[in-house]
Amino acid sequence: MTSGYEPWDEARGAEIIAEHSTREGATLVVLHALQEAFGYVPEPAIPMVASALNLSRAEVHGVFTFYHDFRKQPAGRHVLKLCRAEACQAAGGDALAARAEAKLGISLGNTTADDRVTLEPIYCLGLCATAPSAMLDGRVVGRLDEARIDALVAEAQR
Amino acid sequence: MTMRIFVSRDAGAVAVGADNVAVALEQATAQRGASVEIVRTGSRGLYWLEPMVELATPQGRIAFGPVSAADVPSLLDAMAGNGPHRLRLGITDEIPWLKRQTRLTFARCGVVDPRSVEDYRAHGGYRGLERALSLTADAILADVTTSGLRGRGGAGFPTGIKWKTVAQAGADRKYIVCNADEGDSGTFADRMIMEGDPFVVIEGMTIAGITVGATKGYIYIRSEYPHAVEAMNAAISAARRAGLLGNRIGGSAHSFDLEVRVGAGAYVCGEETSLLESLEGRRGIVRAKPPLPAHKGLFGRPTVINNVLSFAAIPFILDNGAKAYADFGMGRSRGTMPIQLAGNIKHGGLFETAFGVTLGDLVDDIGGGTSSGRPVRAVQVGGPLGAYFPRALFDTPFDYEAFAARDGLIGHGGIVVFDDSVDMAKQARFAMEFCAVESCGKCTPCRIGSTRGVETINKIINGERVSENLAVVEDLCNTMKFGSLCALGGFTPYPVMSALKHFREDFGPAPARLQAAE
Repeated sequence: MTSGYEPWDEARGAEIIAEHSTREGATLVVLHALQEAFGYVPEPAIPMVASALNLSRAEVHGVFTFYHDFRKQPAGRHVLKLCRAEACQAAGGDALAARAEAKLGISLGNTTADDRVTLEPIYCLGLCATAPSAMLDGRVVGRLDEARIDALVAEAQR
Repeated sequence: MTMRIFVSRDAGAVAVGADNVAVALEQATAQRGASVEIVRTGSRGLYWLEPMVELATPQGRIAFGPVSAADVPSLLDAMAGNGPHRLRLGITDEIPWLKRQTRLTFARCGVVDPRSVEDYRAHGGYRGLERALSLTADAILADVTTSGLRGRGGAGFPTGIKWKTVAQAGADRKYIVCNADEGDSGTFADRMIMEGDPFVVIEGMTIAGITVGATKGYIYIRSEYPHAVEAMNAAISAARRAGLLGNRIGGSAHSFDLEVRVGAGAYVCGEETSLLESLEGRRGIVRAKPPLPAHKGLFGRPTVINNVLSFAAIPFILDNGAKAYADFGMGRSRGTMPIQLAGNIKHGGLFETAFGVTLGDLVDDIGGGTSSGRPVRAVQVGGPLGAYFPRALFDTPFDYEAFAARDGLIGHGGIVVFDDSVDMAKQARFAMEFCAVESCGKCTPCRIGSTRGVETINKIINGERVSENLAVVEDLCNTMKFGSLCALGGFTPYPVMSALKHFREDFGPAPARLQAAE
């Protein structure tokens, strides 16, 4: 949950980078650690990572932008991820995603104006035998139907 | 007497309320002053019965399911008095769906406590490593080769040959890499085994390490699997404490250690060279082969890179011998395959069985048809890059070559069932969309072809010059299939072309002259 994140702080960022930078091929590990602490990867951290790992800023920026997980700005207070892959499509996921979009008034990939909820697609949670599935702030939910998706959306809006 | 009750901690069970059931059980038994031990296991893989609760009895475990927290008081009454209950399923091992399976790789999944090395050992774990430590590398390689094990990630490359190449390569360092980037929709076997029996993966990787002379291994797990990451990390710590990872494993001269690395939401990183790039801290851009990872893999060193299920099959082979494994299966597909039944299916879950079972048996008989109750129209086998099969091809046996002969693939063993409400033109477009979003961008056929594919299928859906645009799609698919560097661009044509071939009626009306010719 976003409320648990620290505000960006350069000294703290440097400490996190130093903690992980000696590992083999550390770039993803460091970016994950930064995002875990701050909820996103703040732009000023990119040159710091580059310098610690002896890489160019362009290389670190390239890695940062390649992967869907890394955020360049904080998400909403709650993040609701809906699985949009084939197994969930087969089990009625399309209609449920449309329902969640309508309830929140945003399309997948966006955050509500009040910064409460970020709604995102995810391509497979591996819960394909209890489809359709979703993840709310790291908690997995399966066998979604209209009532359950409504409850999830309401919970995220609180 | 203490009652032992088992509740799954598998993400699929948790997603339908297993944690709530476990909490309710704890509270209710505390209130009653009953002496109860609640063990959190992996899943048995009968997901329509999750959350499943099992009770240890002298006759074996008795299963109940699907259980909700509200059922707990009546459930405990039935358990205490050995009485009837509407959710009682009988002796777990006697449930037909489970009894029909041949569980070699998943023998312990859902049975043992995945946090306990002792429990793993008590159920036959680490016997494979013990035997491996008494053998020469050549003898282990001979076992792996004659078992006929082929890469379970999807490509089906013989595991023994891969290991032998790395064993023979000279280098100052070698690596073992486990591909746990299970991104295919409809597949969850890697997740299940990592959450339910993580030590079998560790044991398999350790055997690989001592065989080829590698001292370091990485498990690359996708970020969408937080429960698996947690389970593997806990198991690695436990194995280290037990002296089964680290220096002088099991008192031998061998050293081997493992580290979990977490992906960051890129499907293409399931491709082995892209995964290696990602492990090295770079963009997951596919490498051209050769050189093969077995020669120049992680950090340029010889590397064994295998799927989770390939490593997980190894302990059985070393413990019971290559023949015991190779006796199962058909043709060149030896052993068992953990098949995953998913999507719109009545009895979804993990069904491990010898190769050779037909698609129809899997979908209609074992899977029980759709959960919506409507007729099955199409099944996609092998993930987003796998072909859509119509009922007419349900006699295809589950076997690498048999699926290839029908322009499909078994991939990682996932089967996604669709009922008759599916729009196959939409599914074909989705395959192209997915490829466009997930393409690493290195090769043109994949990067550009997928985008053109989406545009062209949209035109077909809108009824614009249908036959001409169908020809364009076919041409694009040929270019992608033969011109792409890896399976993402190379296999996206499978779902597209199979949808076109078997479900032509969904792609707009055929022009009058073609209809006349048909």
